[in-house]
Amino acid sequence: MTDNILEVHHLKKYYDAVKALDDVSISFHRGEVHALAGENGAGKSTLIKSITGAIEPSAGTIVLEGKEHSKFTPIEAIEYGIAAIYQEFTLIPHLTVAENIYFGKEIVKNGFVDKKAMNAKVAKLLDEMGIDLDPASFVRDLGIAYQQIVEIVKAVAANSKILIMDEPTAPLTNNETEMLFRIIDKLKERNVTILYISHRIEEIFRVCDRVSVMRDGKYICTENTSDISIHQLIAHMVGRELGEDYPVRKVALGDVVLKVDQLHSQKVHGVSFELRRGEILGFGGLVGAGRTEVMQALYGADPVKSGTVTINGKVERITSPTKALEKGIGLIPEDRKNQGVLLGLTVRENITFSSLAQAMVGPFVKSKKDMEIAEEYTEKLQIKTPSVNQLVKNLSGGNQQKVVLAKVLATKCDIIIFDEPTRGIDVGAKQEIYNLMRTLVDEEGKSIIMVSSEMPELIGMSDRILVMRHGRIAGEIGKADFSQELILEYASGLIGG
Amino acid sequence: MNTKKLKSVLSHYGIIFVLVLLIIVFASLSNRFLMPNNIFNILRQSSIVGIISVGMTFVMVTGGIDLSCGSVVGASAVGAALLMTAETPWNPVWACLLMLLFGLLMGLANAFFIAQLKVPPFIATLGTMTSVRGIAYIITGGLPVFGFNRAFTVIGQGYVSIVPIPVIIMAVVFLFGIIMLNKTRLGRHIYGVGGNEEAARLSGVNVKKVKYLVYGISGFMSSLAGVVLLARVNSGQPNAGTGYEMDVITGVVLGGVSMSGGQGRLIMVVVGVLIMGILTNGMTMLTINEYVQQFIKGLVLIGAVALDSLIKEQRSTQTVEEKNA
Repeated sequence: MTDNILEVHHLKKYYDAVKALDDVSISFHRGEVHALAGENGAGKSTLIKSITGAIEPSAGTIVLEGKEHSKFTPIEAIEYGIAAIYQEFTLIPHLTVAENIYFGKEIVKNGFVDKKAMNAKVAKLLDEMGIDLDPASFVRDLGIAYQQIVEIVKAVAANSKILIMDEPTAPLTNNETEMLFRIIDKLKERNVTILYISHRIEEIFRVCDRVSVMRDGKYICTENTSDISIHQLIAHMVGRELGEDYPVRKVALGDVVLKVDQLHSQKVHGVSFELRRGEILGFGGLVGAGRTEVMQALYGADPVKSGTVTINGKVERITSPTKALEKGIGLIPEDRKNQGVLLGLTVRENITFSSLAQAMVGPFVKSKKDMEIAEEYTEKLQIKTPSVNQLVKNLSGGNQQKVVLAKVLATKCDIIIFDEPTRGIDVGAKQEIYNLMRTLVDEEGKSIIMVSSEMPELIGMSDRILVMRHGRIAGEIGKADFSQELILEYASGLIGG
Repeated sequence: MNTKKLKSVLSHYGIIFVLVLLIIVFASLSNRFLMPNNIFNILRQSSIVGIISVGMTFVMVTGGIDLSCGSVVGASAVGAALLMTAETPWNPVWACLLMLLFGLLMGLANAFFIAQLKVPPFIATLGTMTSVRGIAYIITGGLPVFGFNRAFTVIGQGYVSIVPIPVIIMAVVFLFGIIMLNKTRLGRHIYGVGGNEEAARLSGVNVKKVKYLVYGISGFMSSLAGVVLLARVNSGQPNAGTGYEMDVITGVVLGGVSMSGGQGRLIMVVVGVLIMGILTNGMTMLTINEYVQQFIKGLVLIGAVALDSLIKEQRSTQTVEEKNA
């Protein structure tokens, strides 16, 4: 019988109607490197958070070395030897490597911290793991790769038995990634179990022994990485029954309304594309590929280094969101709570926030007109609120998203950028948003750019998909060739630029 | 349901009950308290703090704070006094206008530090609070300035029928503020910036412009208060207005303006300012020592902010209850 250090049984986590974890059972062997694979929203993070005690599952048990737990706190998780290395580090910059590693359990001699003893112990540990690093150097002087290594060593020094790495290679260069992999090999020798999450599929095959696939909060399968091909793994990750119904285009595409040529900004490197009247242009790619940055630059919210933007045949310089709205470009931002809605203001104030000019008489806002516009869009988008004077923070996520949409539509812009339009909203509201997008392009002649990390949505709604990678467009896919495999292959660099 | 309604009324208008309670307490302790004479006295005493609190409300609704207001009061007062007592004395009108411009510029300087140099409002205005007070001492050599045109003192001491002129000025300023905040596009933008700066920016608001506007208004109001104060006391003291920021902020917070911005109504700030005025007047009438008064006012500020936090918590649980219902 194999020695399972950790098992999860029938783990469920529901957020209202959303099933973030839907009856997931997985076993992890002692000393293996076990990858968790799946698209965004597959439930990997929720599973990890359940294991570290950060969230409490709705149902199910966690079995640690044969001992069953139904409730699990972060402190218990640490005591049992579970450590997570997140993308944001928790190190204290003004302390040394050794001080960080022993933080909270300093070696004390005669009432004083014994730096010498700590340095010596850390030096020995670093040596054993084959890491070339001075324990007395300050963390603030280290690069990201070494900071991450300090985090790992800290976990090892605390005798962690299970180490969770969430996208550890995302900020690393190729050489640094190789160094990390060598450290992972050393950790295996020490019989540490590693849960490895990465969007970079080839890495999974490089360092992991087994891989478990999740999709839509469900457990799909677990395979030995030696028994499966990259294409089979991708197929497991994407193959799904579609839950939503994507409305079909009714009207033919019109002329080019927007032309972006060689757009450069801090994280965007020479992006060019065209958008036609009545088109829904999808932007796919991994998180951090630069999709949002393209939209922010186009909308004037981020500084543009170079490139031209042509709207309806006229070259425009868009230097601020105010300018963008003037030129008929609207943005529904990806982070609704922090960028989209004004939670403390009313529905009415939110809806007319960007388009108050329409309700002005001289220098004053005419309350009646203000109210009329708000009610018109509340009705049009079927925002469920007791009154337009309700504070937006009292609405559900889906209705808040509709308020943001109403705010943009009220400016009467012709080009609308939807950045992750359905993130965190329930299925019913999603469907309404899809129908609305279709109505906007079919009946009102608007054009839409949609950034989405949800593959089915991207494929279901778009007329054409551009896949981004490292700030560039890696590939363009026409409607006839849409497939999740193709998008993922472009996005992960298996094909394309 | 009824208790819920009561809670909601209390959380929105509870401060009015505090005001009424305060009036009842002082009226029962002193029979002079409710005399018309004393009522106008309270209003006149509140007018300086009231005028500044309009500017402070603008600033605090955007989520900022202006600690420099008391110093701008002092510098404007002695500045106007010096101009009017110069060898070739300035016409009081021009002297006052120049000082209003000075206040506006000090406010814009605050905005420059905050919006352009990204200094947190607390620190930026703490700095100008100290430096502008320094200006007041430098230009006067630390000595009081007096001996100016009697006609000028009318704006501080005069009456229109039975209403003191400073009270009229305060009323006009409040009216201006209320219209501006509730009825203009800039007003909406001010609430937007305080509610969610990034969302406001992405909605097409020029956030920097809004900050220049609110700090500019705050500086202007402070210098206006300084000029009125000068006319009332008839002498330019370089330390005039010291500690006013304390009374102003307490009044504004009592009026329900959230420290985190985005919320608050100027009409309720009137109530907050009156509470502060009544406290001072009532305690003085009861011959409570000035040091004790200061002690009590500090506690009132903490109490007001604690109340603000409590109400917010209450409101958020209310929302959850409503959702679950």
